[in-house]
Amino acid sequence: MRGGWFGVYAIGFLIFLYAPIILLPIFAFNDGAIVAFPLAGFTTKWFEQLLVEPALHVALKNSLIIAVSASILSTCLGIFAARASTHYNFPAKSGLMGMIMLPLVLPEIILAIALLVVLLGIGLPLTIYTVILGHVLICTPFAVAILTAAFQSLDKSLEEAAYDLGETPISTFRLIILPLVTPGIISSLLLTFTISLDEFILAFFLAGTEPTLPVYIFSQFRFPKSVPVILALGTILVLLSIVLLTIAEYFRRRGIARTGAKDTGGFL
Amino acid sequence: MAQSGGGQAVLPAKPSGLKQRSEALSGLLMISPTAIFTLLLMVAPLATIFAYSFLTDAYLTVELTPTVGNYTEAWTNPVYRIVMLRSLGVSMAVTAATVLLAFPIAYYISFYVDPSKKAIWLFLITIPFWTSYLIRVFLWKVILGFNGVINSGLMGIGLIDEPLTFILYNTNAIVITLAHAYAPFAILPIFVALEKIDRSFLEAGRDLGESSFVTFLRVTLPLALPGVISAVMIVFIPVIGDYVTPLLVGGPEGRMVANLVQLQYIRLDNYPLGSAIAISSMVMVGLVLVIAAMQIAIFGRVFKRVLGSTNLLFTILTALAAAQSLLLLMVVIWLVTGQAALTVVLGAALHIAAFVALARRKGGLA
Repeated sequence: MRGGWFGVYAIGFLIFLYAPIILLPIFAFNDGAIVAFPLAGFTTKWFEQLLVEPALHVALKNSLIIAVSASILSTCLGIFAARASTHYNFPAKSGLMGMIMLPLVLPEIILAIALLVVLLGIGLPLTIYTVILGHVLICTPFAVAILTAAFQSLDKSLEEAAYDLGETPISTFRLIILPLVTPGIISSLLLTFTISLDEFILAFFLAGTEPTLPVYIFSQFRFPKSVPVILALGTILVLLSIVLLTIAEYFRRRGIARTGAKDTGGFL
Repeated sequence: MAQSGGGQAVLPAKPSGLKQRSEALSGLLMISPTAIFTLLLMVAPLATIFAYSFLTDAYLTVELTPTVGNYTEAWTNPVYRIVMLRSLGVSMAVTAATVLLAFPIAYYISFYVDPSKKAIWLFLITIPFWTSYLIRVFLWKVILGFNGVINSGLMGIGLIDEPLTFILYNTNAIVITLAHAYAPFAILPIFVALEKIDRSFLEAGRDLGESSFVTFLRVTLPLALPGVISAVMIVFIPVIGDYVTPLLVGGPEGRMVANLVQLQYIRLDNYPLGSAIAISSMVMVGLVLVIAAMQIAIFGRVFKRVLGSTNLLFTILTALAAAQSLLLLMVVIWLVTGQAALTVVLGAALHIAAFVALARRKGGLA
């Protein structure tokens, strides 16, 4: 292997990184109520229990509604910001972009309490709609990051050619820009969907009496006997995220290939 | 040919004043939906909790007379002070561990992995980050626990006779779990910085007779520094506000700021004190980053003056100085946990003053 000790270290690091994810299916299929070694035998009963858990189904439905809405809204907001930052010069540009990207580094607990205070202050009841607002806020920076890369790799001469040929700004956007950035948009939709589906803190504070999937999972950690069921659920969620992320990565790369730019790799 | 520069003028001709104004207007119009959304849902709420932190809780209502009482309470009541200082210590330890673990892996991917396989490696590293955060933290509890994977494994091969207890329900467990959770956040910026390094610099270094280790110290490390700095910031700031990890693996002695804020807000309904604690933690993070940046700058200047342009020693010493000053700050904070918080601020201030004086004196000599 190239790199000698670095290669060994890299493999060791990957094992550290994947340790929890490898353990997840092991315990999800383990026929024992206590999550510990030694293993007690193979079973699929924890997965079967997922089907007969009404509270879980309600939480799943809430989570799906929130994740779909948040991904669409944050990607739309991301398109505006990415287009503005790659195409125009305007006053306070870096300040405004910094403000939009700030939720990426601010601790979620601070955003959560701040939103909670304001929402309660203006008298909005805590429902899945308030969670959607919170999730759009934290998903937007990720959407902006992906879409900025997509818009940046656009060739400006294509746009200029369209203007020269008499297209209006709107028809140019529809006919030239949109098809070229579509892979970036799909990638952003999938990524923000995954983030929203997995987000816990904002949902925990803003969901009121309508729990999302992570809030449900968190509440189940208190009961040792429901932990194997949660691990079964986790196995499914991990598989789902891997599938979604692989598709997102595929579209991100295709988008970069389509515009002919060099792949710098990575989502962030 | 792809153009990468963001925000260049749209028109090929040099834009006139009028055109520029209309471009500025279109740009502002374009960004306004996102900017207004963020303004309403982030800036306004943050301003609100900032305002709340200066009010007084009066059970069902709040008193509108401005006061710094919440901050006094947060910094003089030992219960709150210990939690805040512990959070700061844990965040520093997590940041140090994450960045140190991340650097070799970023270096490996950038310098040794075949270019066509780099994207796959980055993808492999980011996948665990996007998969159920709660369940990942919970599984660390399973790994580190009394009957956990590590203990049963070590007992199985006969290395230990009874389970290790120092790895769960304390700050060690929090550091391990968070270092795992934030690994991609540290790897990616360092990787991006390493990728930008022109490889011919390294060849030049070797052609001029330097060993590859010295080339690493004199060329690679200084050029990778911006990536390391953004890795530090992107890990350090959010980690201090982590809620789930201290709760699940931290045990009773491992509560951090987020748990305290949640307690004040949800259980005790004391918004003003909760806000003051939340804002104090952010101010603390900001101060530490500023102090660290100043120390690195001052150390750097001192060594540059003292040693002239000796780049190699300069690099090593700046790195050592940065590590030492961070370590020192950590030690001070841990020792002072029982003492007045003022000591931390005072200690840091004296620390800085000493280096400023040192820099001046050496500068005068040179």
